[in-house]
Amino acid sequence: MSQAATTIDEGGSAHGRLMRARFASFAQRQGALIALVAVCVFAAIRYERFLTEENLVNVLRQNSMLGLVALGMTFVILTGGIDLSVGSLMAVAGVAAATLAGQGALIAVVAAVALTTVLGLVNGVIIAKARIQPFIVTLAMMIAARGLVLAYTGEKSVGIGKSSETLTSLGRDFVGPVPVPVVFLVVLFALGWLVLNHTRFGRHVYALGDNDEAARLMGLNTARVTIGVYALSGALAGLAGVLDAARLGAGRPVAGQGDELNAIAAVVVGGTLLTGGQGSVLATLVGVLLLGLIFNVFNFEGWISPWWQAVLRGLFLLVVVIVQNRLSRRK
Amino acid sequence: MTDEPVLRMEGITKIFSGVTALANVDLSLARGEVHALVGENGAGKSTLIKIMTGAYTRDGGQMFLEGRAVDFRTPEDAQAEGVVAVYQEVNLLTFRTVAENIYLGREPRRFGLIDWKRMNADAAALLKRLGLDIDPRAPLGSLNIALRQMVAIARGVSFDAKVVVLDEPTSSLTEHEVQILYDVIRRLKAEGTAVVYISHRFDELYTVCDRVTILRDGRFVATRPLAGLEKIDLVCLMLGKQREELRQGTTAFKGATEAAAGETPLLSAENLKRGRKLNDVTVEVARGEIVGMAGLLGSGRTETARAIFGADSVESGEVRLEGKTIRRGSVNEAIDSGIAFLTEDRKAEGIIPELSVRENLTLAALPALSTLGVVSRARQAEIVDKFMKRLGIKAANADQKIRELSGGNQQKVLLARWLCKNPKFLILDEPTRGIDIGAKGEIQSLVGELAESGLGVLMISSELEELVEGSSRVVVMRDGQRVGELRGDDISQANIIRAMAEGTTGEATAASTATAHVTDTTPPAATPPSVPPAKGA
Amino acid sequence: MQNATPANSSGGSTAAGASRRAGARSLLADYGPTYGALAALILLVLANAVFTPNFADVNNFRNILLQVAPTVLVAVGMTLVIATGGIDLSVGSVMAIAAALAATNLERGLLPAVLLGLAAALAVGILNGALISGFRIQPIIVTLALLITGRGVAQVISRGGQIILIDNQNFMSLGKGFVGPVPTSVVVMLLVVAVAIFVMRATSFGRYVVAVGGNESAARLAGVKVHRTKIMVYALSGLLAGMAGLIEAAKAEASDATKVGLYIELDAIAAVVVGGTPLTGGRVTVVGTLIGALIMQVITTSFNMLGIGFAWSLVLKAAIILVAVYIQRPKVA
Repeated sequence: MSQAATTIDEGGSAHGRLMRARFASFAQRQGALIALVAVCVFAAIRYERFLTEENLVNVLRQNSMLGLVALGMTFVILTGGIDLSVGSLMAVAGVAAATLAGQGALIAVVAAVALTTVLGLVNGVIIAKARIQPFIVTLAMMIAARGLVLAYTGEKSVGIGKSSETLTSLGRDFVGPVPVPVVFLVVLFALGWLVLNHTRFGRHVYALGDNDEAARLMGLNTARVTIGVYALSGALAGLAGVLDAARLGAGRPVAGQGDELNAIAAVVVGGTLLTGGQGSVLATLVGVLLLGLIFNVFNFEGWISPWWQAVLRGLFLLVVVIVQNRLSRRK
Repeated sequence: MTDEPVLRMEGITKIFSGVTALANVDLSLARGEVHALVGENGAGKSTLIKIMTGAYTRDGGQMFLEGRAVDFRTPEDAQAEGVVAVYQEVNLLTFRTVAENIYLGREPRRFGLIDWKRMNADAAALLKRLGLDIDPRAPLGSLNIALRQMVAIARGVSFDAKVVVLDEPTSSLTEHEVQILYDVIRRLKAEGTAVVYISHRFDELYTVCDRVTILRDGRFVATRPLAGLEKIDLVCLMLGKQREELRQGTTAFKGATEAAAGETPLLSAENLKRGRKLNDVTVEVARGEIVGMAGLLGSGRTETARAIFGADSVESGEVRLEGKTIRRGSVNEAIDSGIAFLTEDRKAEGIIPELSVRENLTLAALPALSTLGVVSRARQAEIVDKFMKRLGIKAANADQKIRELSGGNQQKVLLARWLCKNPKFLILDEPTRGIDIGAKGEIQSLVGELAESGLGVLMISSELEELVEGSSRVVVMRDGQRVGELRGDDISQANIIRAMAEGTTGEATAASTATAHVTDTTPPAATPPSVPPAKGA
Repeated sequence: MQNATPANSSGGSTAAGASRRAGARSLLADYGPTYGALAALILLVLANAVFTPNFADVNNFRNILLQVAPTVLVAVGMTLVIATGGIDLSVGSVMAIAAALAATNLERGLLPAVLLGLAAALAVGILNGALISGFRIQPIIVTLALLITGRGVAQVISRGGQIILIDNQNFMSLGKGFVGPVPTSVVVMLLVVAVAIFVMRATSFGRYVVAVGGNESAARLAGVKVHRTKIMVYALSGLLAGMAGLIEAAKAEASDATKVGLYIELDAIAAVVVGGTPLTGGRVTVVGTLIGALIMQVITTSFNMLGIGFAWSLVLKAAIILVAVYIQRPKVA
């Protein structure tokens, strides 16, 4: 449908074009990283307590759940799709884990994550086989899963209490100085990087978002890749939900509301294009940290109300998108 | 060339929902042969290629690969057997590296992980074999179109290709880049690979191809060695003309001719330039004149039309209507000053499929039909009624969706969309393509009437009769340039074909012996047709 | 966003009879989803009349209309946006901005307060449209950013996230008043629906909206001002959301910037889709959107009256959305 505006790419010095393209691609890929460093330097100079272990560990822990969701979202967006159901799936997994806490932590975690993986799989199958837009399918899943979890719990939180200390420890304990959720975050981002860069599945995720028609013509099983990314997104959202429930000691049916938008924002801010095919898990990590640190700075400042924070976050997202759009157009 | 062809297709037939796209077509490819496949629109080239490479399944006929009957169900089947296609719009992944594009889906692995080192090394070796200096780790998007094309070819070759199909490989390459392509083709040839080469540029066919197969309207016309086949004969075969037949049919149109000296022409488009597709093209049309525009596919005819209408931006050039300059690249300004454009691609750029005949017909005229934004039902009904009657549009009623109409009736609705605005200048791009004979005649005579009442028309057509019978002048295009103009009694199919084939209408010397009897018998045309020198060549 | 043109089914047959049959078929295919939605609505109402105590009661019907009014306003704007192939996620935040601006400015008088609220809503809509059409960024991300920003702006306007109480009787009558037996907000809703139907049927703008969604390149080549059309639909969507925000605030006698219009974009999209306007654009039915919104509201109300958890109504709604979209999905050759 896109307007058939043809740009003329002939003429102009090839060298200049190449340099501009290189700069644009560098700015697009590393812009978020540069901003992250700038924020860190600014904060380190301005606030004494910024560079303390306590503050940094806190920032990481507060953003680890969102980070996991954003990791799954990265895979989905790299294929050119979108997953609006992740927030609801977090709640599903949190409640499921809390309910099963008495059966032992392992069973609770595995069952909860398996459940959301299946729901993600359902998203993927409907998108790939019935050929309905990801937006609407995951919107329906978002509403339905939220409904199911609210109905199941009678809109009340399910306490984990003392039934499984192992489970709650997943959200609260430390490995050395590092909180357990942060360990999950780091390990899974490393795994995500490995999968995206060093397995066929990962490369095919990129291929699908780059040009799905070409990928099909080159003989890829695009349906399988599509189903795979939504299942993965479901699994990671589920794990985030479990960790969230473990930290709070209860599975809340309202958990994760609005997190789908935060995750999308983090992915986009990191530099992954919503159109798919370009981006990386490291970019997403940078995006998550950048948004988290900006929030941290707001807290240090104190005078910026949460409402102004929302305004600034939204404007920041808008500016990032516009800049990215200009840069990627230049190429 | 050896006795056993690498690939032999016999009696290939393909029917799309009742319409025969290919009927009984034969094609045979020898080892190490570069085989041209030519034909005008609707000839069936791409259907044949898609059947060959497994994208379509055939409805009749047989296919033999090295003497063995084969049956490709999918492109993967064909790839696995070494029959691969490299399409015109390069179907690769811009953000991925060259090596990934070559080996996508077959990435070499070690312990389940991709073996990047081996993949890059394999790609480097393959590219070297084809004489290409490309870094396998570079993202494809950083390469120019030509090199991307080479990567696409390399991907094809990496399947141990026996047959490589190149579909319009040079359509977006520069001269220099074309040489790189030739070099790759020569290497493939030397390795014994058969290459099918589809192109509209005759020079290329004669430079690089050994034999040519000509298709027309889904039928097999001939396979000939290119050496010794004259261009003019090739064009005749493509268009289905006998050379003897060409002497008949000079213009029947008796409308106005070009503007008298000193008078401002109705429309003048000067020095339009857009990359290699449009090279310094100038056209003038007077009131009441129908100027035909001839040229093979890809010659720049549609590009000229789009540039005049502002649908595509141009690098330079100027369009004036009644002496008034029209802002470049502004469709709205072109329309407001009285230019209308009937597109050649009805489906993609003409009809709004879900809207009714009435709504499609009045789309461009809405500003005139409405007061404060509210469309006057009475005026709308009047216009719709008038034009449905005048053009004989056959629809259940004006509420019927346009997508349910036949091609001819859709075309009439689109023509009415413009006529109801009383334009001063009308561009028709293939106005009668793909529509039934009845509607065709109606449209042609309507255009004649319109011109007599003072409208200026630029008519692009690949049907020579249409041009010869309907135009007061014919401008001939070739490779993005205007290569000639025919007037009055010089307008004949023979002269048009000669201009399209040889680039000039004047110098018949190149093929003097062959063209002699044509020119000799062309009634009073003893003088060569007047030819303005091709500009900026 | 791709815009799949439905496969051209009817071949060369142009005989009048065949055409007429084709016409009838297309009418069915066209309004099929809307008729289906209407049938579903009637069935729902009938079933409830039989099984739900006190459902078939004038007060209850009035209540349903009262509750659905803001959603319908938003959904009508969304219908136009979706008809051009776009989407507007920012409507809920726009509602909150309009409500907050009006509530905080009521001391200046009713008219200035209302106009200020609506003007701000219109401005956000125009901004959406300008960014989408001018920068050619996907509608989903532009309106997402404005969803986040807008909610913050609304809270800033509300003197730092306070709930602003409203005690202006005239303003409150917008949500609580009656015109004869009909609540004022329902009158507004019906007027908006009627005007929207008129605009889509009888004005050139309505024609352009569908043309842009149906085939953007063809529309451009026919002289349709594509940019202007797109900006207009987002502007209208913003304006209607603003009206909905004012009604919500008037109903609640307060403007709560955290709550007004929260998640209404989902309800609106659902109403549009269930009503029979395809997400791919190019076709539009405002009546369908009204029916779609009513279906959703009847489900909520009846589940509520039957004492079935609100939550289960969400599950049912999700299923209805999926089924509706599945039925209307573009056929792939």
